[in-house]
Order: sequence, then structure tokens, then C-alpha cells
Amino acid sequence: MLIKTLVAGFGGQGVLSMGLNLAEAAMLEGKNVTYLPAYGAEVRGGTANCTVAISDDEIASPVASSPEFVIAMNQPSAVKFQHHIQSGGLFFLNSSLVEAEIIRGDIEIVNVPANKIAEDLGNPRTANMVMLGAFTKKSGVVELSNVSEALKHILSAKKKLLDLNEKALLAGYNLF
Amino acid sequence: MAKILMDGNSAIGEAAIRAGCQCYFGYPITPQNELTEYMATHLSRRKRCAFVQAESEVAAINMVYGASVAGARAMTSSSSPGISLKQEGISYLAACELPAVIVNMQRGGPGLGSISAAQSDYFQATRGGGHGDYRTIVLGPSSVQELADMTMRAFDLADKYKIPVIILGDGVLGQMKEPVEFSREAPAVLPIREGSLRGAKGRPSRIIKTFTSNPSELEEINWSLFRRYTLIKKEETTCESFMIEDARLVVVAFGIAARIAKGAIKNLRSEGLKVGLFRPVTLWPFPDEPLKEMSKTIKQYLVFEMNMGQMVEDVQLALAGRGEVAFYGRPGGVIPNPSEVARVISRLYYQKGLK
Repeated sequence: MLIKTLVAGFGGQGVLSMGLNLAEAAMLEGKNVTYLPAYGAEVRGGTANCTVAISDDEIASPVASSPEFVIAMNQPSAVKFQHHIQSGGLFFLNSSLVEAEIIRGDIEIVNVPANKIAEDLGNPRTANMVMLGAFTKKSGVVELSNVSEALKHILSAKKKLLDLNEKALLAGYNLF
Repeated sequence: MAKILMDGNSAIGEAAIRAGCQCYFGYPITPQNELTEYMATHLSRRKRCAFVQAESEVAAINMVYGASVAGARAMTSSSSPGISLKQEGISYLAACELPAVIVNMQRGGPGLGSISAAQSDYFQATRGGGHGDYRTIVLGPSSVQELADMTMRAFDLADKYKIPVIILGDGVLGQMKEPVEFSREAPAVLPIREGSLRGAKGRPSRIIKTFTSNPSELEEINWSLFRRYTLIKKEETTCESFMIEDARLVVVAFGIAARIAKGAIKNLRSEGLKVGLFRPVTLWPFPDEPLKEMSKTIKQYLVFEMNMGQMVEDVQLALAGRGEVAFYGRPGGVIPNPSEVARVISRLYYQKGLK
């Protein structure tokens, strides 16, 4: 089955690295996968997003016009992307930063206070990993072990940060 | 070797290094900058290799010309408006029978256009592109893995036929990451082409030039180029087909559009529509013989491109009236999704009473 996930937020929140981590985990599982960052006249502090498509079959298009899952790390992304999700899909909200009222009743809202949990763990910059952990548990698209394995690979040049990020990943995973 | 997740632009860079590319000359333009960046990091570290960020696209293609004259495997890359600037240099490379690899990660046009993916440079790539009677080999990849494989093939073809080879990708292929495997290791010794200019000590001097003042001499050069083009057409034409055996309607598409069309066709097949895909892999030489053969049994064709209709002319030429050709295109950098393409295919299928 083809599952498309869109990850969106401010530039600097680790939105693209979250998508990349998910894509690498899917590759480790032997799935077909594409990762497409949105590119344009993007600026630091502006919005960023990427799409990860995961499937057992070949992937026709890496573009997500109507994703099954959306992760919104900030308010503008929550407003912008809530209408893109397929009926029955999951909408992950970083409830520490999102106050938008979600008017759709045909999707499941998953609130994750990612920034708050990350701050409690000692580094607010790991909010993306908290969210990725929660996403891994709730969506079931990839195994936690593969997400951690991919994280090790991504941080192979910055080993000092691995512990911190793994803790955040687990904290998110154990939320549900 | 295990698969690695890589964006298309970087995969071209790695594949080029493994194909023995010695010189890369680039100039920034979205959406191909990751290739220039990759070569800046990786090629510049290699012994006897050169990475230069040129002062312009024109300079970069002329540096490729220089490196190729000296016998090195050389490459440049750009995106649509930048490729237009390189055309003079490509014509010169063709005239002097010099190998080179030129990557075009197409974006929307005309003019400065958009930075989103498009396929609107098909005409430019497959008709030579610059002035004069010449052709370039044009490869149309549709995945990151193919970008890697075709980059290696491009260098081999360029050397084998002494011809510039164009890799006609697009913004999505360049930007997206997919698992990729490389079939070769970088060579221990860099390949140097025979007959190049590397000093004439102990042998008569050679001359490589593009100006020929005597028209009959130039006519013979043109004839000789075209004899080689005929050989390339015979030896290197490549295409792919999917579920055409019992098809009543065949979609013809290349590059990323072929991939989107394949997704649409799989969905339509599961609904019982007898549709198939024909995908030219070499865009020049265009695979017209297989299409001609197909037209004996299949009469309805739909060409799908991310432009206003360019390859459709080659399909019509190949079929020469033996099949009915419809067209669907999205220009400007719009990337249609498989369900949109499926709607167009099924509409045509039922309108023509093919069920």
C-alpha cells in the first residue's frame, strides 16, 4: 500500500531532517521510498515542508497532492495543510505551538506537545524527534528500531547529539 | 553494496566520479545546484581531478570543450535557461567530434520560467539545440537509480561515438531522494581518450578546429557526422514497454511523466482497462521502429508530457498515420498526479469505444 506523509513547519525546526529520517527508516525496511523537499524561494524562519512516499510497489509520483498523514509543527502549516489530508487520515499537531481550530471531522487529530516535552528533556531543538517518535507509534508505517537505526546513520558525523535525540524519540514514542 | 538514500543531483555526481569523470565545470541554477555542490565537495578532493565554478554557463561549456580536447572525461550541468546559454559550445563540441556529458535538470519555461519541474526542453535537446546540422544523444531517466546508471552510460557513449550526450532530467528527479546503488567503483587510473591533444613530442601535430573554409570539405564533415548518427540510431536506441501485449490503447511518455503514467496504468489495469505504456529511454535516437511495429496491432495512442506537446511530433512521425494520436500535457512546472492522468486515459478509452 502507498502511504504519503507530509511534514511541515518553520525552517529550522528540523522538518526536513524528520522526513529524511522517516525515509531512511523505510529504506532499511526494504520498502520503496521517495523523499521530496519543497523547494522554492524559501527563507530561514519561513515555512518548509517535505513529502515522504512509502510503498511496497513502485512509487509513481513523489508529490503528495492528498497525503494520508500530515505533521504540522507550527501554526501556519496546520492552517495550510489541514485541507490536504485524505479522509480518514491522521493529522499530527505540535500542540505546543499550534492553536488553530481544526474544523474537519473526517480525520483523526493527534496532539503532541513536542516543544514542551523536548524542553523538559533539556533541549527544545529535539522537538522534531519527539514528534517523529509519536508519529512512528501512531502511524505504524515503520518500525521504531529502523527509525533509530536511520537516526544513528544521519547523526554519524555528530555522535554527541545521538543520545539526546534518541531520548526525545523514545519520549514521543511512549506518549501513546 | 548497500543502497543509500540520495537526491538525484548528488547521485549524478557520484556516478560521474565512478565513471572516471575528471573535470566538472558548473554554474549555479535551481534545481540542479546539489550536483555542483557535490562535485565541489567530492571531485575536488580527488587526485588529478578538477572542479571549477565558472563565471558563467558559457564559460563552463567552453571549459568542457578544453578538457575534452585534452582527452579527459568532462561534464557540465545546468537547468533550462542555463542550457540555452551553452548551445554554442555544444554545437562546437559536435563539430569537433568531442565527447562530453551535459546534464539538463529541466524547469518550467519559456524565459526564466519557474523553478518547478518540466519537460519543455525536449525539442531543444533532441534537435541538436544549437546551430548547424548535428545531433546529440539524449537520455531520459525517470528515477534516481536511472540517473546514476545513465550518467555512467552517458560517459561511455560519449567516448564511444565522440559525441556530446545530454541527460534530460527535471527538477523533481534532481531534488528527490530515493535509494540508489552504484554498479561501479571509481577507476584507479583515469581514462584518457586517444587522439587527444596532450603535447606533440615525437609525433606530427594534430589540429582540432571548428572552422572549415572550404564548403565541400565541410560537406564531407557533415556526411561523416551523419554516418555516425545512423550507426548510433542502429546500435543504441533504447525503449521500455509495460503491459502492451493485449493493450487497446498505449500511453507514450518519457522521464518523470512515464513514471506517473505507469502508476495511472496500473490503477486502470486493476479496473480492467486494456492500457499499456511505451517509454522512449533514448529520446534521440528516438525508438520509432518499435512504435511502427506496435502500430500493426494497436491503433490508439495517448502522448503525455509535462509540456505543450513536443515528443508527440516524434510519435506522429514514427506512426506516419498508422495510428491515432491524442495528447495530454501540463506545462509551466505543474506536476500532475497519477489519478489525473488515469482520468484522461479512461476518458479517451471510453470515448473511442475501446472496452
